[in-house]
Amino acid sequence: MAALTDLTLAEARDKLTSREISSRELTEAHIVAMEDARDLNAFITETPERALEVADAIDGSEKGGHLADISSHSGGIGRTIEGIPLAIKDLYCTNGVQTTAASHILEGFKPQYESTVTANMWAAGGVMLGKTNLDEFAMGSSNETSYFGNVLSPWKRTGDDAAQIVPGGSSGGSASAVAARIATAAIGTDTGGSIRQPASFVGIVGMKPTYGRCSRWGIVAFASSLDQPGPMTRTVRDSAILLQAMAGHDPKDSTSVNQPLPNFEAALTNDIKGLKIGIPKEYRMDGMPSEIDDLWKQGVKWLEDAGAEAVEISLPHTKYALPAYYIVAPAEASSNLARYDGVRYGLRVDGDSLEEMYEATRGAGFGEEVQRRVLIGTYVLSAGYYDAYYLKAQKVRTRIAEDFRNAFQQVDAILTPTAPSAAFAAGEKGDDPIAMYLNDVFTVPASMAGLPGISVPAGLSSDGLPLGLQVLGNAFDEETVFRVGGVLEEAAAFTARPQKWWGDKS
Amino acid sequence: MSDTVKAPAPQLIQGATGDWEIVLGLEIHAQVVSNAKLFSGAATEFGAEPNTQVSLVDAAMPGMLPVINEVVVEQAVRTGLGLKAQINNFSVFDRKNYFYPDLPQGYQISQFSQPIVGEGIVHVELADGSVREVGVERLHLEQDAGKSVHDLHPQQTYVDLNRSGVALMEIVSKPDMRSSEEASAYVRKIRSILRYLGTCDGNMEQGSMRADVNVSVRKPGGDLGTRAEIKNVNSLKFIQQAIEYEAQRQVDIIEDGGEIKQETRLFDAGSGTTRSMRSKEEAHDYRYFPDPDLLPLEFDDAFVARIKADLPELPDDKMDRFQAELGLSHYDAGVLVAEREIADYFEIVAAGRDAKIAANWVSGNLFGLLNKDATAITDSPVSAEQLGGLLDLMADGTISGKIAKDVFEDMFASGKDAATIVDEKGLKQVSDTGAIEAMVDEVMAANQDKVEEYRGGKDKLMGFFVGQVMKASKGQANPGVVNQILKDKLSG
Repeated sequence: MAALTDLTLAEARDKLTSREISSRELTEAHIVAMEDARDLNAFITETPERALEVADAIDGSEKGGHLADISSHSGGIGRTIEGIPLAIKDLYCTNGVQTTAASHILEGFKPQYESTVTANMWAAGGVMLGKTNLDEFAMGSSNETSYFGNVLSPWKRTGDDAAQIVPGGSSGGSASAVAARIATAAIGTDTGGSIRQPASFVGIVGMKPTYGRCSRWGIVAFASSLDQPGPMTRTVRDSAILLQAMAGHDPKDSTSVNQPLPNFEAALTNDIKGLKIGIPKEYRMDGMPSEIDDLWKQGVKWLEDAGAEAVEISLPHTKYALPAYYIVAPAEASSNLARYDGVRYGLRVDGDSLEEMYEATRGAGFGEEVQRRVLIGTYVLSAGYYDAYYLKAQKVRTRIAEDFRNAFQQVDAILTPTAPSAAFAAGEKGDDPIAMYLNDVFTVPASMAGLPGISVPAGLSSDGLPLGLQVLGNAFDEETVFRVGGVLEEAAAFTARPQKWWGDKS
Repeated sequence: MSDTVKAPAPQLIQGATGDWEIVLGLEIHAQVVSNAKLFSGAATEFGAEPNTQVSLVDAAMPGMLPVINEVVVEQAVRTGLGLKAQINNFSVFDRKNYFYPDLPQGYQISQFSQPIVGEGIVHVELADGSVREVGVERLHLEQDAGKSVHDLHPQQTYVDLNRSGVALMEIVSKPDMRSSEEASAYVRKIRSILRYLGTCDGNMEQGSMRADVNVSVRKPGGDLGTRAEIKNVNSLKFIQQAIEYEAQRQVDIIEDGGEIKQETRLFDAGSGTTRSMRSKEEAHDYRYFPDPDLLPLEFDDAFVARIKADLPELPDDKMDRFQAELGLSHYDAGVLVAEREIADYFEIVAAGRDAKIAANWVSGNLFGLLNKDATAITDSPVSAEQLGGLLDLMADGTISGKIAKDVFEDMFASGKDAATIVDEKGLKQVSDTGAIEAMVDEVMAANQDKVEEYRGGKDKLMGFFVGQVMKASKGQANPGVVNQILKDKLSG
């Protein structure tokens, strides 16, 4: 039998249902893996006692015992992830468990409430292993901006044990945890690519649903009009199962959409015959490594082999998406982060006046990248600059959404690379924020349009690091995204996994 | 409003260089009557212990999101309809960003470029009967901030978030007012309309209503001058004082060759003066942008129509009706419609009775006693029905008007019905001619000298005889009958 930590969510679910394994066994195996993998720095807070308590309660209830905290799920589903050990990005507020957003300013903060998405997951039987590391306030693409230190990818370049590879970001801790078999699955949040890009970097499946599909209530806000929770798993099926447990309308989030929730797992028919797949010509960028382009072409061929028709499409405003994103997201962030002022919770550094207290607290509490984005955001919203930056960026955003609307009149899904390169080593892009921002070039447009997208591991780079392909779908058509993603996954047959270099090597 | 009504004369300031006209615009902040806050379910009751009415949203905990309170939207639409204003079926909530300890989010959610209510009009009547038409520029919804308490500790400030997130309507007037009296009458009128509508309790002492006053001066008919905004003035008296001080200050500066700076000023109630709070240069850059946590606020015409169908009769319409249908004087109607509670009380008293007598009793006897006791009409010990009962006893001759006044005072003190008091005290008017004749005879017998004088032509003594008979009857004799019998017997 395979190691318990190698089980996919779907496999573990089946074994738990048939009582071949207990949740305690499964959870214990992952706790051991978590404690063994501290070199990766994937977790900010580990919650093993709580995990075992919940696992025991679940095992007890299966034996006819009573599970105290069975509550209703807002999506109205059953206990579909019962007994599964999961890692939670430390941006989700968890009742009584420290929630930091990887920032010094929130260090030690214990919410007295549970985010809607995690509450849904606990209602569906999920078991929390701990809170995963991330870029501070989800601002970053390499997980190098966390106050709690860098997260490392479990992957190494072929023949280079020295270089520390980044897991991508901002959901880097969740990505590493899933790739290193610490958690059966994890959840992240995606603002401009923060689920899909790290998934691509560590060779797992990362899914950003349609904006509004999952509630943002109880998630530390970065950019409200873009933030969206999503699953990070080792298979497309696991992704569908976990999203089912996360999603659903929430009256507490005005931007959450009251749409019926389809059965995502049932969408995995592997049948894409006759589907039209858009290949956006604007995503073929100068200077893109040829291995990325080759993988993309390979992806097109896999889908054609499965009976789909590839159609070249144009998304003419693509090149404006990244600059517009780096106006809209910081603008919203500058306002969203104003509440961290040292007055009510979190860090306070005293000063001789109110202004000094604000400056000292926010100066000490926020890292460099967060400060940079707050400054940018404040600038683009300022009198005299608002029209030239923020308003113009919003107009660009409207055009980008129009591009996609037009495209989806022709095609059912769109195939692109997830990221313009494989993972890089820590420090390689540290001095150049713009080079770092370019990581999001393929993920940001769909974020700006609020559309669903999935990154599926599809191959390895020349130096042995994973590469992902991205499938984008129309609004609220996650089913097609999953279906096409499933076909890609099967065709790619990505079985590579990182060689264990951390912890106990035995 | 009829065409014959005249506009008020402007309140001119005589300066060394001639007359100056005052130009005034007001921003009234009115707390919306609702059980819950604008974007959270926390309670809004006044006077609760500090920080006991604060939800996670109001305290701006991480990850908390605002959800619009539909009751507040209805109240804003209702108010817009009451101000005869444009209702905008599509409006947008914006964030107004600034740091302050009693502003937990670091921004106030307000409406900037697309408010829920657009232009309207308010008729403001002054004491001399002249009427100023004041344009309403807009009404928008916004969150109130919390309260900073500076006097509990020498170095530290305490923050009470009970008000944080409470729904306010900001009603912005056009610069249409020309005197402090107009400004104060405008606030009174807005307050009256809002109270009629039940959308704001208008309680200025508790801060449910407060005004920012924009003041500028100019030569009559000239270009508008630079304005100063006086923040958060919270009584009608202070509004008048602030305007008068500020207008004079501006005239003095200009006439001394100075220039008015556009700035925000504070009114000091102690000295009756205003002082600079921050200049235009120091003004915050609020970095307004649409709140991405909230969708635009949209509703259909049916929603507005439903609210419109439920609107109460407003003071202007009631005033017209009281004059046209009940025959009240302009003055009496004005007094009675000023407050909805007074009008409601009056209408119960007047129902099926003589409206003028009812008006006199309400605005005379009742107000007299209420004022003396500093009691609101809603707490009146005599209900409208009870006062009606008293008027009925007068109308059917059971008691005289004079007795009625005594009975009313008794009712006010005891809360008893008029009929009960009349019974208990045996105050029923005597109209029995036999009994009255006997009393008349007694009085005449006891005052033979005066009878002779009367008969000798001293008609004025009639009053003396009436008084004596009434006294003998302990005031209960029907004065009409007494008069008649006296006349007959004295002339005999």
